[in-house]
Amino acid sequence: MGRSGRRSPPSQELTDIHRPAPPPASAPGGAPSHRSRAERWRHGLAFTRSADDRVLTGVAGGLGRRLGVDPLLVRGAFVLLAVAGGSGVGIYILAWLVSHDPEGAAAAPWPPPRATTRRLLALGLIVTGGLMILRDVGVWFGDTLVGPLSLALVGSALIWVRSDEDDRARWSRMGRRLPASTVEAVFAGPSSLPRIVAGALLVTGGMGIFLIAHRTFTLAGTAVLAMVVTAAGLGLILGPWIYRLAHEAAGERRERIRSEERAEMAAHLHDSVLHTLALIQRTDAPPEVVSLARRQERELRAWLNDRVEAPGAESLGAAVDGLAARVEREHAVAVDAVVVGDRPVDERLHAVVLACQEAALNAARHSGAPRISVYIEAEPEAITAYVRDQGRGFDPTAVPSDRHGIAESIRGRIQRVGGTAVVSSTPGAGTEVQLRVPVPAS
Amino acid sequence: MSPSARTRLFLVDDHSLFLSGLRAELGAHLDIVGDAGDADAAIEGILATRPDVVLLDVHLPGGGGRAVLEAVLRVLPEMRFLAISVSDAAEDVISVIRAGAGGYVTKSIAPADLVAAIRTVRDGDAVFSPRLAGFVLDAFRGRLAAPFDPELDQLTTREREVLRHIARGYSYKEVAQSLHLSARTVETHVSSVLRKLQLSSRHELARWASDRRLV
Repeated sequence: MGRSGRRSPPSQELTDIHRPAPPPASAPGGAPSHRSRAERWRHGLAFTRSADDRVLTGVAGGLGRRLGVDPLLVRGAFVLLAVAGGSGVGIYILAWLVSHDPEGAAAAPWPPPRATTRRLLALGLIVTGGLMILRDVGVWFGDTLVGPLSLALVGSALIWVRSDEDDRARWSRMGRRLPASTVEAVFAGPSSLPRIVAGALLVTGGMGIFLIAHRTFTLAGTAVLAMVVTAAGLGLILGPWIYRLAHEAAGERRERIRSEERAEMAAHLHDSVLHTLALIQRTDAPPEVVSLARRQERELRAWLNDRVEAPGAESLGAAVDGLAARVEREHAVAVDAVVVGDRPVDERLHAVVLACQEAALNAARHSGAPRISVYIEAEPEAITAYVRDQGRGFDPTAVPSDRHGIAESIRGRIQRVGGTAVVSSTPGAGTEVQLRVPVPAS
Repeated sequence: MSPSARTRLFLVDDHSLFLSGLRAELGAHLDIVGDAGDADAAIEGILATRPDVVLLDVHLPGGGGRAVLEAVLRVLPEMRFLAISVSDAAEDVISVIRAGAGGYVTKSIAPADLVAAIRTVRDGDAVFSPRLAGFVLDAFRGRLAAPFDPELDQLTTREREVLRHIARGYSYKEVAQSLHLSARTVETHVSSVLRKLQLSSRHELARWASDRRLV
């Protein structure tokens, strides 16, 4: 796999673009068989965390939905279990590990986007309350550990819970440039600076209190402890950021897999459906069927080549495709459209494309030829176009006056943008309309 | 073409339905000496039967038509190939031509035109569809300030004129009439363009296909 999803070298790989390797037993359901047992097990257990109903990570919301229980009950159960011996915390973490990311998780920022003050306050109260109960019950590691650690956690949260959108956007931008810009990121803006300073102070303060509280250690012990504490502090400050980076990498991988799947589907369509459509056109099928196959082929090709564009923002190629499709839709003819060069579709080019369409429709109606050639060349100094058929033709000097109208709808249109139109025809040998519109140097 | 010297043709296509269709259509006009459905079988079959022309599907299991072109031309540099594909994407067209094919047609071509194209390739001339002519005009657009090889990196005015006519839907014979040239001269021009297309190091040609992909 190359550097990115797109395949780069134009040579060998391009030839095979529509057929990425011999289809490896291309059963669409083939993928799960490659999964490891552990993954299958995880898959069986898994539920999707809730993206919209969440206090922390959406585990309770997702679990509630999966079990058909009010998420509030699930939350209550978690809190109860957490308080009664702490197993709730373990179960929560386990549940988080086996659950799937909610839809669109790659784009969803973490922590939750609606990290409102109210929510944070509630969370703080729950945690404090839980701690107090734990302390009362006696499931406790001692004040000297829990106190400073709580302080440090609050500091870390303060740094990483960003409440306003601007901040979040900036941080995620910074997150992509690593790690030299960490310092830059920390001092990025006035709005986040006080919070970061306060957070960092709380973290270091917590660490400091912890160290002071354990002064009774020997000198060597203190040095080791100081290192461990420093590492923990750094983890608290940088941890969420690292988690976020890992999360983004996973999102990118998902996106890449998706685009590969799309390419494979395009290859399959290309191979099977286009072949069928080509076969139909080679048979003696009724003209309507052939015409339908031709139209379907053109549409599928446009889709495969990503030429389906928003109206109004079309390229010359797309405009000419549209022209050919319209003529083929109305008449049982094939239109061979060739475009050389490209330029934005302005007034001049628009006039040329419409005049070509008029000429092609005219040829389809009167010439009796099964095939019409349209050729448009956009050069810097002029646009030239030719519409040709090998049908019955006519004598230009003896054109009945009623055919003037058609000639005018082509000629008049081109003359209005400063161009010329010439119609040449030989009875029995076809007709060619030649258009030329000069482009003044701007 | 006298019946005693019928063109010996080898078919390479992995679509069995299409292959049998081709056999039925072409069998009356040409000698089909063999067929293959993947690159390895094609290489083996072509080297064994030594046909006049190989009608080669561009998309093929085992490395695509390109792999067949490269492997066979290494042993038999004179072998003639006509590429055929459902794809009319520029990168497919240009890449097989640059690998050594003498022409390119799409699978919706009418049987009579296909027979004529195979004979043209057998005679050592190039087969340019309007679309291929358009691609080449596009790729050789503009003059280079400092061509690496002036012989190969640009088209002459005459060649451009011939290609433009082909892109407009003219047959070689009609081009000759319109430009007051002999049919032979038109074929010479077209073959010379094919050579440039295959050999030019003009970087637009290499980059062009990949750029197109992004448009």
